[in-house]
Amino acid sequence: MYPENFRYTKEHEWVSTEGGTGTIGITDHAQKELGDIVYVDLPKVGTVIEKGKTLGSVESVKAVSDIYSPVSGEVVAVNEILTSSPEKLNEDPHGAAWLVKIKLSSPGETSDLMSAADYQKYAGEE
Amino acid sequence: MVDFGGWDMPVQYSSLIEEHKAVRERVGVFDVSHMGEIEIRGPEALRLVDHVATNSASKLKIGQAQYSGLLYPHGGFVDDILVHKVADDHFFLCVNASNQDKDYEHIAQHDYFDCIVENAGPRFAQIAIQGPKALATLQKLTPAELAPIKYYWFTDNEVCGTPARIARTGYTGEDGLEIYIAPEEAARIWSAILAAGEEFGIKPAGLGARNTLRLEAKMALYGHEIDATITPWEADLAWIVKLDKGDFIGREALVKQKEQGITRRLIGFEMRGRGIGRDGYEVYIDGARAGWVTSGGPSPTLNKNIGLCYLPINQSEPGRVIHVMVRNQPVEAVTVPTPFYKRAK
Repeated sequence: MYPENFRYTKEHEWVSTEGGTGTIGITDHAQKELGDIVYVDLPKVGTVIEKGKTLGSVESVKAVSDIYSPVSGEVVAVNEILTSSPEKLNEDPHGAAWLVKIKLSSPGETSDLMSAADYQKYAGEE
Repeated sequence: MVDFGGWDMPVQYSSLIEEHKAVRERVGVFDVSHMGEIEIRGPEALRLVDHVATNSASKLKIGQAQYSGLLYPHGGFVDDILVHKVADDHFFLCVNASNQDKDYEHIAQHDYFDCIVENAGPRFAQIAIQGPKALATLQKLTPAELAPIKYYWFTDNEVCGTPARIARTGYTGEDGLEIYIAPEEAARIWSAILAAGEEFGIKPAGLGARNTLRLEAKMALYGHEIDATITPWEADLAWIVKLDKGDFIGREALVKQKEQGITRRLIGFEMRGRGIGRDGYEVYIDGARAGWVTSGGPSPTLNKNIGLCYLPINQSEPGRVIHVMVRNQPVEAVTVPTPFYKRAK
């Protein structure tokens, strides 16, 4: 269910790092809790963001939820698919519906995030 | 599940949008047992109801229901309610869950007519069956003939062999029924309704769909469109106020406000820009704060982001460009006539 090569936050974001760039998304648990997602608000390319700060927001029919960045760095890509098809977040949160890519300024930051096994346990208990 | 005034209630069972569409297109069932009930009995029950409520209970025939308001002397809402006339000396009120105790005390306090006022919530569970297939669904479970029951009428009969008050009322803008039953029978009847509606594609629906459905139909929600600071004139609910029926609590204040004219009014809007106006968001006109959103969100039926807001009376006509502050960003919207959705009859 939760990819082994991702790291996870308590706020239900995931990050997958490769060559100094982190791809960020929300977890399957998060999309289930939110329900039908109708709007995704993401930062512009070039935005510099700090770990733990608000990266954007996801809205379901019922409510708005902030997304917190699991890493620090500069936004280098934004998933444009989500502008026209926010519902993709309900369908493929760990794959095609990634949110942004960030050029990591402190690659060591992911070490205190949860592993897939730890996150699964955490999400299951919540 | 969320805590809703002490009740554990599901926001959604499966998908809010699917539940919403099931009610518009087929049938959905809601467990609304949290709703409160108040019984008023006595030879002068009608006089008490007409004293505390804004609509004219005198116009009700036995077996008929009406939407009404309970007001404070200053004209603000204590609650909005459904009044059912069970007999000449017996009225049955359906009230909001979180207002039940307040309503009961308000009514009992103004009982100058020797009535028996009972806070009857614990004796009733309530299930709402709503949608074009609602009658066909419940018809399988009751000997009562449902089709002849007119909109806002009710009958006392049986569902699944147990006594039930069956009312052709609802909070969705769709045709449907609300039934009042003994709490110990509720789980069994709930399951029977789901089984009876299976062939129609019935879905259990949660608080989330209940809210989007009532918003499309522009039905008020206490704590949002109405509260102690809002009068029926402002909330576009003049139709539930009968000034000519004689005195009632709040009448004097309403007469005065009518003479002076209201300063703000509830109006619908549709978002034009990207963003969703939600409950509590501020509304700006020409750069100045003008009002606030009472309820707002995506409309699953219309595929638009809609809402209701209070605006100054001289700026509340449909077609006006407004800006809703969405996370400190002004997003363009336009005022529109309501309701957003009206079912084809």
